[in-house]
This record gives sequence, structure tokens and C-alpha cells, in this order.
Amino acid sequence: MLDWFLLPWHYTFMVRALIGAILVGSLCAIVGTYVVLRGMAFFGDALAHAILPGVAIGYLLGDGARQPLFWWAMLAAIISSLGIGAIGKSVKIREDTAIGIIFAGMFALGIALISSVDNYTNDLAHFLFGDVLGISASDLGRISIFGGLIILVVIIFYKEFMVISFDPILATTLRLPVKGLDYLLMVLIAITIVVSLQTVGIALMVAMLITPAATAYLLSRRLPVMMIIASVIASISGVVGLYFSYYANIASGAAIVLSATMIFLFVWGGTILIKLIKEQRHSRII
Amino acid sequence: MSIFKSSNYLIHQFPKHDIGTPTLKVANLSFRFGSIDALMDISFEVNVGERLAIVGPNGAGKSTLFKIFAGVLKPTQGSVQIYGYEPNGHICIAYVPQRNQVDWSFPVNVADVVMMGRVGKLGPLRWPSHKDWEIVHQSLKFVEMEGFAKRQISELSGGQQQRIFIAQSLAQEAELILMDEPLTGLDLNTQQDIFRILDMLKEKKVTVMIAMHDLKLASERFDRVVLLNKRLIGIGLPQEVFVPENLSVAYGNHLRMLTTKEGILVFEDTCCEEGEHSHA
Repeated sequence: MLDWFLLPWHYTFMVRALIGAILVGSLCAIVGTYVVLRGMAFFGDALAHAILPGVAIGYLLGDGARQPLFWWAMLAAIISSLGIGAIGKSVKIREDTAIGIIFAGMFALGIALISSVDNYTNDLAHFLFGDVLGISASDLGRISIFGGLIILVVIIFYKEFMVISFDPILATTLRLPVKGLDYLLMVLIAITIVVSLQTVGIALMVAMLITPAATAYLLSRRLPVMMIIASVIASISGVVGLYFSYYANIASGAAIVLSATMIFLFVWGGTILIKLIKEQRHSRII
Repeated sequence: MSIFKSSNYLIHQFPKHDIGTPTLKVANLSFRFGSIDALMDISFEVNVGERLAIVGPNGAGKSTLFKIFAGVLKPTQGSVQIYGYEPNGHICIAYVPQRNQVDWSFPVNVADVVMMGRVGKLGPLRWPSHKDWEIVHQSLKFVEMEGFAKRQISELSGGQQQRIFIAQSLAQEAELILMDEPLTGLDLNTQQDIFRILDMLKEKKVTVMIAMHDLKLASERFDRVVLLNKRLIGIGLPQEVFVPENLSVAYGNHLRMLTTKEGILVFEDTCCEEGEHSHA
């Protein structure tokens, strides 16, 4: 039995994958708390897709090396997040429609660029669905540095982010720089997505941002608690997903997201059950 | 005057308020929303410590007016001065939103919501100190909610929800509080509780403006009333403003009036109003 649990960790790539999954999971969970509370799930999904052209340019120029890929993706993410943020201010077309058009277009551009290379399908699959088992030590270093910086900013602006998320009008009467904080949060989400790209890929990124945070939302009544619970759930999903991936031989990104989804469904079902039991007790008393 | 004169907390120095200046001075204010005139040529003044009711039908521009005072919207024309300064130079204005505009399932407790009022005074890179929490505690005590500090906000009743936002305004050290339909959906007893707190605010010389629908309540419990329907129809003592001529200008056909021995009985046709139902 113990062997069953320990066996996967005999491989260095599995250990690196585990560390990567936990770091990325926790980071996405903390930033994702704001994504869930502010109803930005679609924004997050759109942003993840919109950075593909950046990834593609990095891929074409860097001959498959990670470092240039990362920086190009970062550039694309920051430009896209600010662009998507600005779209909301234009009139006539609804914001979600405009975002949908831009993100699908950017995504298509990315695929078009990557498809100009022979035998591109394998690499494209890594961008779309992640390659957590291929995480290198230097990738882990990058994840730690950027993850640390993002969390530092979240801590520094904790009270300001809480106010703009809860009550934007209060934020205005308190003379907080609401627009600047909005954009800062969008850039944080963008950087988080780029840092996390290798774990679950573009297509499943939104799950890392919202699923653990949404599960934590059902279980917590205060923001810091929600962030901690979300991180724990994301880390558990990472561990469970990797076991799942190792023994059932399925794609690791998908396995991690499936684990997170199962935890969400379990907690959601549980809260409904508890509510039903409470109501029944209540009606018995009456 | 704020109830907590605590200059040692002030890292932003705001101009000292001259007692002689009116709290609020509105001159020829207009607001256009696209091609729609939401507010037209409004001028009036509000004095320190006054309690003013803003009454008018739906779409009369009550919320828009408040948002301009709060600095959220910029007037298309005219000017607003709070203690002689533009609204967005001030931190002493609090806007209490309609209860159904608030996300009551947000993961914060009562003390967190009240502490949010301190964020402007705290400034960047500072965490609430012991004194800030003391102010939060005092503010909750003022609205008789000190036992609720650790309660999740979704567990509060309508009147309690209203009171914690008043506490937030106090923590903000607001000298002008704008309340958007705070009394809608509250029963009579709860309304009386709110007025008891408003009376205490008045003693502290806090100016309060309340947007509301209830003409009877407006005429009984307020120093002066403003009758609004895109234009300023009347301002003054309730008995001067709520006269049939003004009311029919404001409400058109949506108001029924009956003349009785005791005076004019007014019924507002408030069927099918938006913004009346709380999500909680």
C-alpha cells in the first residue's frame, strides 16, 4: 500500500510536477478568489486564450526554448488584459460579446502561426493542455519568483482589492484609484495565467482560477480563509490528479482539473444536503 | 463634525471645514446620460447637521444626484461644492447603497465591512491599527450592533444591514451621509430604530440626505424636503413643498390626492417599482 503511494515519487520529473502543481494551484487559487468574487470567469478564460499568439511568436522565434516563450506569452497577456479591460468602456456592443470576438480571433491567430511549423501538433497540444510532467527546475524557479511577487502584491493591496470588489462606489468615495486597481488586478490575473500555462494549458486554465476558489467560497465566510481553503483544495487536486495521471495513464492537466471538479461537486452536494437536513429539522420543530 | 475627531489618524490632510460654509452647495447642476436628460438645472444648499429627504418618482434622478455628490459621476453642467470644495477632493462623504445593490454573500463579516470605511484614512501600505479597530467597535456600538462584529453579513436582517452601513460611514468619519432608499422594505419598528440612530447623528452635526418614496415619513421626520423629478420642483419645509401643485408636477398621474378635513391625503402609485425587492 505504502509502495503504491511512494512509487510515483521515485521519478524526479514526478516530484517536479508535484511541486509545480502545488505552487501553481495555490497561486491560481488565491488570484482566482478575486476572479470568482468579481464574476470575471469569462475574462479569465478569454485572457488565457488570447495569449496564444504571444506563445506562438515565442515558439517560432525561440525554436521551442522555454525562456523566450515565457516572455512573449507575458507580453501578450499584459497587452490582452489591458485591451480587454478597455473594451468594456466602448459603447454599442456588449462587453462580453466584444471580449468573445477578440479572444476567439487572437486564439485563431495563435493556431495559424503555430501551424506554419511542420509537425506542430505535439507542441500545440502542450500549449493547449499543459505539460506538467515536463516542468524543469528552472521552470520551478520562475514559477516561484513570479508567484511570490504576485502574492506579495495581493497582500500589499489586500484591503484595497477587497473594497473595490465588494463596493466600487465606496472605493470611489474613499478616493481609492479604482481604475488603476482594476487594471492592476487584471495584470495580476494575466501574469498568473502565464506562470501557470505549463501545468494545465490554455484550454483548462479557467478551471485552475475558478474551481478551487468557488469550492472555497461555499466553505468560508471571510476572504483570507477563502484564499487559504482554495489553496489547500488546489494543492490536493494537484496531488490527487498526479496519482490519477500516473496510475490511470491519463493526461496530467486534465487529471488535475478533474480532481478539482470532483472536490467541487462533492462540497456542493454536501452543502445542499446539509441545507436539506437543516430545513427538515426546522420543519419538524414547527 | 465627525464623531471621532482623531487627527492623528489623518495621513491625508484634508482642508479644514469652515462651519459657516454650507455642507453642500449645488449650482445649476445638469446631468445628461447619452441623449437623456437625467437632471436639469438643479440648485440648492444644505446646511451642517441638517436631515434632508429627497423625494420623487422612480427615474427622477435621486440616485444619479447622490452619485454626483459622491464623486462617482461628473455633472455635465453646473457645480457641486462640499464644504466649498469639489466632491472628489473629499473623503468625508459616505454613500450608503440600496440594500439590493450589495452582494450580501461576499465573504466578509460585519467588522470587515465597517473597517472598509477606514481604508481611505489608512492610505496605502498600512494595516488597520488597534485604534482603527477601536473606531470600528465604537461605530458598531453607535448603531447598537456591537454584538454582531463577527457575524457574516448574509445573516443580517434588513434593518441590521442598514445599520452596519451607517457604522461604516461613521468609521469613514463622514460628515455628509447619502442614503439611497434605506427605509424601503423595512417594517415600521425597524424604521423607527433607524430614525433613532439618525437623531443621534444629528446631535453629532452629521448631515444626512435620504432618497425615499414615503411622503408621509418625509414630512414627519425631516428638517426639509426636496421634491425632484429631473428638475428641482421644490425645497423647503414639508408643508410648503408637498402641496398639490408641486406633487402633480412631480408625479403626474401616478399620484392620487384626496382632500379631507385634516388636509390633503396623498397616495403614491408605487405599483411595479424596480429596486424594491431585496435579494436577501
